[in-house]
Amino acid sequence: MVELSIELGSVLLLAFGLKGLAKIRTARTANGLAALAICLAVVGLLLQQGLGGWPWMLLGLGIGGGLGAVLALRVAMTSMPETVALFNGCGGMSSLLVAIGAVQLPTPLNLVGQVSVLVSVLVGAITFSGSLVAMGKLQEWLGTPGWTLRPQRHAVNILLAVACLVCCVLVLKGMAVALILLTVLSLLLGVGLTLPVGGADMPVVISLLNSYSGVAAAAAGFVVGSELLIVAGAMVGAAGLILTQVMCTAMNRSLTSVLFGGALGAGSSEPGDGAGGREEYTNVTSCSPEECALTLEAAERVIFVPGYGLAVAQAQHSLKELARLLEQHGIEVRYAIHPVAGRMPGHMNVLLAEADVPYDQLVEMDDINPDFPRTDVVIVLGANDVVNPRAKSDPASPLYGMPVLEVDQARTVFVVKRSLGSGYAGIRNDLFELPQTSMVFGDAKQVLQSLLQELRSLGVGKVAVGAGNTR
Amino acid sequence: MSVPLSGTSALWVLVLGSLLGLELIGKVPPTLHTPLMSGANAISGITLLAALALIGEAPTPALKLIGAVALGFALFNVVGGFLVTDRMLAMFRRREAN
Repeated sequence: MVELSIELGSVLLLAFGLKGLAKIRTARTANGLAALAICLAVVGLLLQQGLGGWPWMLLGLGIGGGLGAVLALRVAMTSMPETVALFNGCGGMSSLLVAIGAVQLPTPLNLVGQVSVLVSVLVGAITFSGSLVAMGKLQEWLGTPGWTLRPQRHAVNILLAVACLVCCVLVLKGMAVALILLTVLSLLLGVGLTLPVGGADMPVVISLLNSYSGVAAAAAGFVVGSELLIVAGAMVGAAGLILTQVMCTAMNRSLTSVLFGGALGAGSSEPGDGAGGREEYTNVTSCSPEECALTLEAAERVIFVPGYGLAVAQAQHSLKELARLLEQHGIEVRYAIHPVAGRMPGHMNVLLAEADVPYDQLVEMDDINPDFPRTDVVIVLGANDVVNPRAKSDPASPLYGMPVLEVDQARTVFVVKRSLGSGYAGIRNDLFELPQTSMVFGDAKQVLQSLLQELRSLGVGKVAVGAGNTR
Repeated sequence: MSVPLSGTSALWVLVLGSLLGLELIGKVPPTLHTPLMSGANAISGITLLAALALIGEAPTPALKLIGAVALGFALFNVVGGFLVTDRMLAMFRRREAN
């Protein structure tokens, strides 16, 4: 009776936790509730089955929990997406191992149990290898090898999937070795499915893999006969699907085109394809931070557009400092947040939150787009595809239809970028050639630092000190 | 896990759990997409229950070791996932207080 009420309480807490995570006000408490729910679930389970094998439990707890805690507390905020991918992959691996272990228990499994083992192995392995590939791509350890983009890859993946199904049937017929084969093939399938996906689509894939790890957990729940595990796994699986859908909508991509379309822009990189390819830029103006500072000083309304380059350069604090300086000078400063800027939805919000940027200065795309025509200066910091006007004008572009920040409407645009290299999606950006655009080449942090210096030498800082004193 | 589930009741649990998951998350502000993904990811580490059950039932040390490794992976996911989510969300909270 006690165990049952603990389990029910745990499910309730999990549901409230997941719900609360979707609202800013309650999110942090909700995260705590969900963690508490898992602790409760563990207590409930240990009350039922006793502490047999506790040294092994402590071993897993110490190593796994310890490493997880260390990594979570030390990892830089900028590499959050990769970290989530890694954690997710390990969840999949756990389901995989449990299923392999459960087969070897002396009590034979019924048919439902056997099918669940297969699902758990298949989905767990795809989650594991897929998440690791996603992490590697986000860390830029892995690129998108050319051969993965050939149409034949679909044939390979279909072949792998069929082979997996054959293995499943063989396992059900009593061939134990086939389970090992299934594991290997599923791991390969995870790689085969994830490797061709372009970096710009990676957030969607991570979210989908997150949903998979929920499915794997639910399957593991069937294997060991735990309703709690089934409910929790199903909940996460379904919620992950919704989140995936939300992200696809934000990028105006369908899930099928993300999964099977290959890397964005990859097709147009072939020579002779003029539609959206990587022709050289011919008409680009560049300028020094000094000129940029002069324009900034005279501006009334400034909008910053942060992108992944800002995260890579760890420039969020410099940006906040610059914004404060401009505000003290009486300039209105805001930040335009594209829903998929960075490597993950909300990536920029997290990054700027770390630098203590006031919440009300972050404006979402739909709210800020009408304001660009009356904006004096827009500074694009390491963002590329999300400000590409071609997404509105060129039906042949792979970006066509994706909602973008309409920075080309502003009076002056500065694009801070390390080089003229194409964006993550590998697509040419017309913004760079517009007459009102100037490129400021360099690392975002260094550029922002020199902007700060220039502005201070222009006397912007001194005014600020005076204004500060009178308050 | 002492009481084996009947196949059908377990399927009911699966279906209703999925429906609950679909309903729980409707509109999410983009700010929270990353933390929500990370939090949901931590919850999916609940497969640690299965690992614990495996350790409890396993008759041989080899099998207990598989269980322990599975538990390690799951806890890596759970502990890391919740802590990372909390770190992200702590930043929003601090700013609200200002």
